[in-house]
Amino acid sequence: MKQLEISDEYAENITRVEELAYELRINEVMTENIYCLDPNMKMEEALDIFQEKRFSGAPVTEQDKLIGILSIEDLIRALRGNQLDATVRNFMTTNLTTVCGFDPVVEALKTFALSKFGRLPVLDREGNLIGIITKGDISNGLLSALQRDYHAEELIRYRASHLFEDIVSGRTSLILRYDIRKGDFIQGGNASSKIKRALLRLGASPQIARRCGIAAYEAEMNLIIHTNHGGTLRVEIEPHKITMEAYDDGPGIEDVELAMKAGYSTATHEIREMGFGAGMGLVNIKRCVDEMRLISTKDRGTNLYMIIFLNDSTQPNKD
Amino acid sequence: MNLSELIKLTKGNLLTKKPTEECVISGAMAADLMSDVLASIKPEAVLLTGLCNPQVVRTATIADIRAIVFVRGKYPDPDTVLLANEENIPLIITDLGLFEACGILYQAGLPSFELKSPEDSVL
Repeated sequence: MKQLEISDEYAENITRVEELAYELRINEVMTENIYCLDPNMKMEEALDIFQEKRFSGAPVTEQDKLIGILSIEDLIRALRGNQLDATVRNFMTTNLTTVCGFDPVVEALKTFALSKFGRLPVLDREGNLIGIITKGDISNGLLSALQRDYHAEELIRYRASHLFEDIVSGRTSLILRYDIRKGDFIQGGNASSKIKRALLRLGASPQIARRCGIAAYEAEMNLIIHTNHGGTLRVEIEPHKITMEAYDDGPGIEDVELAMKAGYSTATHEIREMGFGAGMGLVNIKRCVDEMRLISTKDRGTNLYMIIFLNDSTQPNKD
Repeated sequence: MNLSELIKLTKGNLLTKKPTEECVISGAMAADLMSDVLASIKPEAVLLTGLCNPQVVRTATIADIRAIVFVRGKYPDPDTVLLANEENIPLIITDLGLFEACGILYQAGLPSFELKSPEDSVL
């Protein structure tokens, strides 16, 4: 099969499930301890086993080596021809498609896509049968891997929330910095989402994370919409407070008092079309933070300070 | 109200993968300006909007919005759907107009989760 060329752009869009299909190995998701048939068994006996165990197929082995697969269809052929006393060896499929247990799950997916088989025998490097894989095994395997991912996130959260206890200093703080580019609406809000996630991982309450997220988002959008060259969003997290600062090098705000008014906006029609410029940005920020300071000099730039205090119940270093 | 009830009531289609967790929607708000949404929406709401860019999803992440309904048959661009799948926020499209979609949901008992003024604090 021709290897697909993966561009950077495509790689960015690969989902976690696709990634897992490459990370997980077939032997991690396959069914082990499978029931194997003896080639010298009569078809009638195989029929009984299939009926009793509700099989739709089973591998046939001789001295632990896979020599064939018997499927329901083979049984039907034997029934039609009234040949139930024949041995399994005479009816089994010997033209086998197998996969290797050490290969990633994606190999099995490719084989399923190319063949008509519903199950594939899995061999180890020596060619011994070690299991059977079905599409259902793959779905289950991917699902439980996703669940493990989720627990891993919880673990990260747990570790991060102890950061401030583990590291002792006169004044510990964690600083996050994001460069925000002028006019980059596609990435707009990306930094704020990251800030919100970081705060949640550090154990901040959902309310605190939401307040910081909204304030950061509005500040981020202001840098994208209103600056000459973009700016920087800087977040300093301390056990008792979160200080966020958005700064740029111009053009500065002409009338700070007016800019603080609900509904006042200097955004252009095009920007409003995109859903911005409601004139609520600074108002929103003020509502979300405990302290806000806006210093702006025409043609020099703007500095916006936002502080949120954490009381005992919402401290990021407490659980 | 859960997601499938919401989809049924709005005669909508789900554009994103099914959310991994049960999605409970407690209220609704409708707006096209995202700052208005951030200023006024309470957590756990569905947002009805005619704006289709990725910013809607970013806003949803930040404002703890549970689901987004795009009205008037507007189809979001692929970036928006991609981001929504990443952030696990269900996107629904409906051919209904904004007013009608809101009316149907309101009649079905979904309360307004929009604050009446910025002073009426949500936080």
